[in-house]
Amino acid sequence: MSILINRNTRVVVQGITGREGQFHTQQMLEYGTQVVAGVTPGKGGQWILGVPVFDTVQEAVEATGANCSVIFVPARFAPDAILEAADAGIPLIVCITEGIPVQDMIRVRAYLDRKGVRLIGPNGPGLITPGESKVGIIPGHITRPGPVGIVSRSGTLTYEVIAALSQRGIGQSTCVGIGGDPIPGTNFVEVLAMFEEDPQTEHVVLIGEIGGTEEERAAEFIATRMSKPVTAFIAGRTAPPGKRMGHAGAIIEGGTGSAADKIAKLESVGIPVARHPEEIAEIVAARMGVRA
Amino acid sequence: MKLHEFQSKQLFARYGIPIPRGKVATSPEEARAVAKELGTPVVVKAPVLVGGRGKAGGIRLARTPEEAEQIAEQILSMTLKGLPVRRVLVDEAAEIQAELYLGLVIDRARRRVVAMASSAGGVDIEEVARTTPEKIVRVMIEPELGLREYQARTLAAGMGLDRALWTSFAQIALGLYRCFEENDATLAEINPLAVVPGPALLALDGKVIIDDNALFRHPELAAMRDEDEETQTEREARKYGISYVQLDGNIGCMVNGAGLAMATMDIIQLYGGYPANFLDIGGGASAERVAAAMRLILSDPNVKAVLINIFGGITRCDEVARGMLAAFEMVRPRVPVVVRLVGTNEEEGRAILQGAQGVALHTATTLVEAAQLAVRLAGDGGRAE
Repeated sequence: MSILINRNTRVVVQGITGREGQFHTQQMLEYGTQVVAGVTPGKGGQWILGVPVFDTVQEAVEATGANCSVIFVPARFAPDAILEAADAGIPLIVCITEGIPVQDMIRVRAYLDRKGVRLIGPNGPGLITPGESKVGIIPGHITRPGPVGIVSRSGTLTYEVIAALSQRGIGQSTCVGIGGDPIPGTNFVEVLAMFEEDPQTEHVVLIGEIGGTEEERAAEFIATRMSKPVTAFIAGRTAPPGKRMGHAGAIIEGGTGSAADKIAKLESVGIPVARHPEEIAEIVAARMGVRA
Repeated sequence: MKLHEFQSKQLFARYGIPIPRGKVATSPEEARAVAKELGTPVVVKAPVLVGGRGKAGGIRLARTPEEAEQIAEQILSMTLKGLPVRRVLVDEAAEIQAELYLGLVIDRARRRVVAMASSAGGVDIEEVARTTPEKIVRVMIEPELGLREYQARTLAAGMGLDRALWTSFAQIALGLYRCFEENDATLAEINPLAVVPGPALLALDGKVIIDDNALFRHPELAAMRDEDEETQTEREARKYGISYVQLDGNIGCMVNGAGLAMATMDIIQLYGGYPANFLDIGGGASAERVAAAMRLILSDPNVKAVLINIFGGITRCDEVARGMLAAFEMVRPRVPVVVRLVGTNEEEGRAILQGAQGVALHTATTLVEAAQLAVRLAGDGGRAE
């Protein structure tokens, strides 16, 4: 078991003819992901890496039965790409694109919520179920199947943690990058709830950062609704207030969002918070009784 | 991107929000002329994009054009929170009977724009939220519907506003929402929204932040960017598309990925040092980008050591290492450089880096090791001041 994606997930790549789209389609195919279709408006009828390209997501779904979309289109076209996938009946949309205006995301999220469509991202690396399927850009070879679920607002920081866990022989059930934007399609609490229900997942790693109050809400959820152990890390202890640290959502503003607040909240409900990325794997190994 | 007060108020005026008559002056003489034209008394304000301006002496009343000139001269010689004052805003003075607050912000948890109003205006709204939260009234805005008139009345009634002002308050609130939406703002606030004789309402001060991600569709707003408000390095970084934030330590950081970049800064502090900057080089870490990032980091005279932390996931470490050596040919580091390359082909990557010529290059395998080494090489490791 795993969450959100598995070996049966049938993926359509929106923006497959672009540089990023094409490169990562190849990576996903090599990993074993079932990439069944691509979409680039105006380029329907072509084939890319053995994958048929369609003009619309609707056509791609009808022809191939795709049930998951991954989006690699530029920010100004991405909100439309998400809505198009939702309207074509895709239940799981993964958006890698960075730089979508926040008011667009408010409108898109409101629409998706009404339709019951799940969005992972934007501005994230996507997700991977090791040994089964990867949808997005997480390097597959650093992962290995196992019992740890990972949910994170970062990209490379998550890779660090995955690699450190794998090196200790600790595998992952599913790794989910929810993205660094202020309005994510899916938040920590929603992914934690899925891990709680997933029989394969025994331990969860939560990687948060400054900005917003999602980590505080996650702490509340873990304390009241989860039976599985969670180990956390919060990036940005040294970040000054009022400055955006790379991610659109990583900013301490309006008196909220500091790492200190988040760490204090997590620790107050008994969740261990690592001081640096390498310590995450140490803590998880110790809590799971795995020898180094 | 933050707009200046005068830019924000000019934007408000386009949406029917009443603002005081006023003009920007760049010299004391000009301030006197503006004061004469507007008629005294006037308020002379330092247009600097930082809070706490009033307390720092950046807002003062002038009763005569001569006094306006003297005050402008004083303000124009000031630096407020490290930023020189290059202009003053001269506004006609208003007879303030009460000060209200009206603001639009994004509530991240609820994923909605929220309108907030308070009868306790004129002070920092965060302070009001902390000390007297009951004095703030909020309404949640549905994106398809926008702010509705009944919601504006809810705000007016909630803060106990004189009924005679409800219609004009609703017009201002609806105008502010249109301004927020049409300009892709992430924050728009009027503070204070003054009650003046009539009674009438007047937006005495305004603050607007535009979503950087939306500037592509607002070229006229992008053109308002005040480059004086950024450090030169931040300006350069923006041109290269590199995320850079200047800090006051002495260890320069170059990292791929924002989360990892923050974690790298944090671990430097954990081991007793302090980072000179946040820098996310983005994906790929090509020679050109590494060279550009190195140039940015070394332009800070406080930097005593550089820590490069790259996770090679899709891009292999050997490729990154070759790019790095090429980059060091383009920009030769004058301080020791610690490189931690992890991920695919990391051993090959480290081996390639051993061949670096003319650079005090150190490699590390773990982040802990890299941070400790960088702190040691930077010497005292403390903050710049």
